[in-house]
Amino acid sequence: MLKVNKLTAGYDNVPVVFDVSLEVREGELVSVVGSNGAGKTTILRAISGLLKPISGSIEFMGKRIDKLPAHEIVKLGIAHVPEGRHIFGKMSVRDNLLMGAYAIEDDAEVNRLLDRVYEIFPVLKEREKQKGETMSGGEQQMLAIARALMAKPKLLLVDEMSLGLMPLMVDKALDVLKHVNKTGVAVLMVEQKVQEALEIADRGYILQTGKIVAQGTGQELLGSELVKQAYMGM
Amino acid sequence: MKNRALYLIFAAVLVLPFAITNVNFQHVMIMFLIFASLGESWNIITGFAGQTSFGHAAFFGIGAYTSTVLFYKFGVSPWVGMLLGAGIAAVVSVIVSYPCFRLRGHYFAIATLAVAEIIKQLFVSWDYVEGATGISIPVVEDSFIAMQFHGSKIPYFLIGFALFFLIVMVARSIEKSKMGFYLKAIRESHEAAEALGINPRKYKLLAMMISSALTALLGTLYAQYILYIDPFMVFSLEISMKIVLLSVLGGLGNIYGPIIGAAILIPLSEYTRVFLGGTGKGIDLMIYGALIVLIACFEPHGIIGLLKKRGKKRGALYAKTNA
Repeated sequence: MLKVNKLTAGYDNVPVVFDVSLEVREGELVSVVGSNGAGKTTILRAISGLLKPISGSIEFMGKRIDKLPAHEIVKLGIAHVPEGRHIFGKMSVRDNLLMGAYAIEDDAEVNRLLDRVYEIFPVLKEREKQKGETMSGGEQQMLAIARALMAKPKLLLVDEMSLGLMPLMVDKALDVLKHVNKTGVAVLMVEQKVQEALEIADRGYILQTGKIVAQGTGQELLGSELVKQAYMGM
Repeated sequence: MKNRALYLIFAAVLVLPFAITNVNFQHVMIMFLIFASLGESWNIITGFAGQTSFGHAAFFGIGAYTSTVLFYKFGVSPWVGMLLGAGIAAVVSVIVSYPCFRLRGHYFAIATLAVAEIIKQLFVSWDYVEGATGISIPVVEDSFIAMQFHGSKIPYFLIGFALFFLIVMVARSIEKSKMGFYLKAIRESHEAAEALGINPRKYKLLAMMISSALTALLGTLYAQYILYIDPFMVFSLEISMKIVLLSVLGGLGNIYGPIIGAAILIPLSEYTRVFLGGTGKGIDLMIYGALIVLIACFEPHGIIGLLKKRGKKRGALYAKTNA
């Protein structure tokens, strides 16, 4: 459903990622892993339209999206959970979620989505009226994912979910992501936590200094010499 | 309950100049209405949408000049000029903001400051509108259509009150609407708002248009009230700053903020001017500056933040004693 073809993107015409090609198929959970500064966030920002690619093309459901503004891309069914969560701190949890359903005009549909999201994240239901900024990091991450789900995405882009979370919360967040994926939403996540991200992924890509150096199923990559040497110190 | 507070404020403001018929006091009330309304208008783009404008005097001046030039040159009723001025201000705000909204944070604020100064200079050197000399509005007999009343200040007060009421209600309905919601999201995180499908540029432009059109309405009232305008008065940095300061003092992003701020600053500046004359010039701003420093240090949410906190504490105490 998502095809990134020879994408080169960066800031002020200084490329950060070069000729990156990757694909997400219907219902898949795909991880792009790599160390800090490899260009993972840049790829996601280019897909969701927050950054205009320098060259290359991005196709979603057979349609070119690399020239579209971010708000049009959301309407096509791509939701982005940005790095650092970016929740609306001064707004209540409920209002944060409602913002996620921005593009959905039918109020009954919004309420259905809200119920569904509360089912996946019961803690958010409990904290409905609390201000976003008063929640813990893990809860804020849940809120960011839940808010993205409110847009009824076909594809969820998740940026560095583990950042600033304690290990227990990381596992929990990954479980939630896997669960969301099982409900039929394709997921493209980028992660520094290589092992965890590859373990839950159907397929993965390894990004080093802006280039894809390996790809395969999650298990294949976990077993590869490259991953063992570079990321696990074996 | 919140609405009751608002209606109480409206009622109190409306009654005051009839209860205290001192002309000086009535003058202070008119200035209060003008500046509270300016703060409310400014609050829409800065308080709600988080785009700091240091150049709102530009729109105030455009309002003042549009109606004044039309009346002075062609005898057109200032009421017509008022509406046209609002329209022109909205158009100018779009032309100015469209490129400036590419800038974020401080850079946007500086750009608005610069643009307002440029517009002032244009009027200073524009002969058709009498340049730096300014325009004395031709005095005619008391008339509603010409918006001139010489016997009493009450008609000006009532017009000011009507505008105040209108603008507060507009600000309040924006705050409660979906648009208000989106503006706050943009203020909180531009990036996240965009990633959720909100078109930030569209909503910021809309907020800017509404804010500047409302600001221009008050320019016309001010010109008709003073009956003389020049670029240094209506386009002055001082007006831009007063709008900013009183809203920040009262509480940014809250509809009560500018009302509280204006209720403190305007009497302060008007009465120090009366009692101290020329020698007292600036004392109001000194006191005001000190207040701002105190507020910024201890309660960044302004006086309204202070009141809210106290309200909460009292609420908590109440809950305790009843438990």
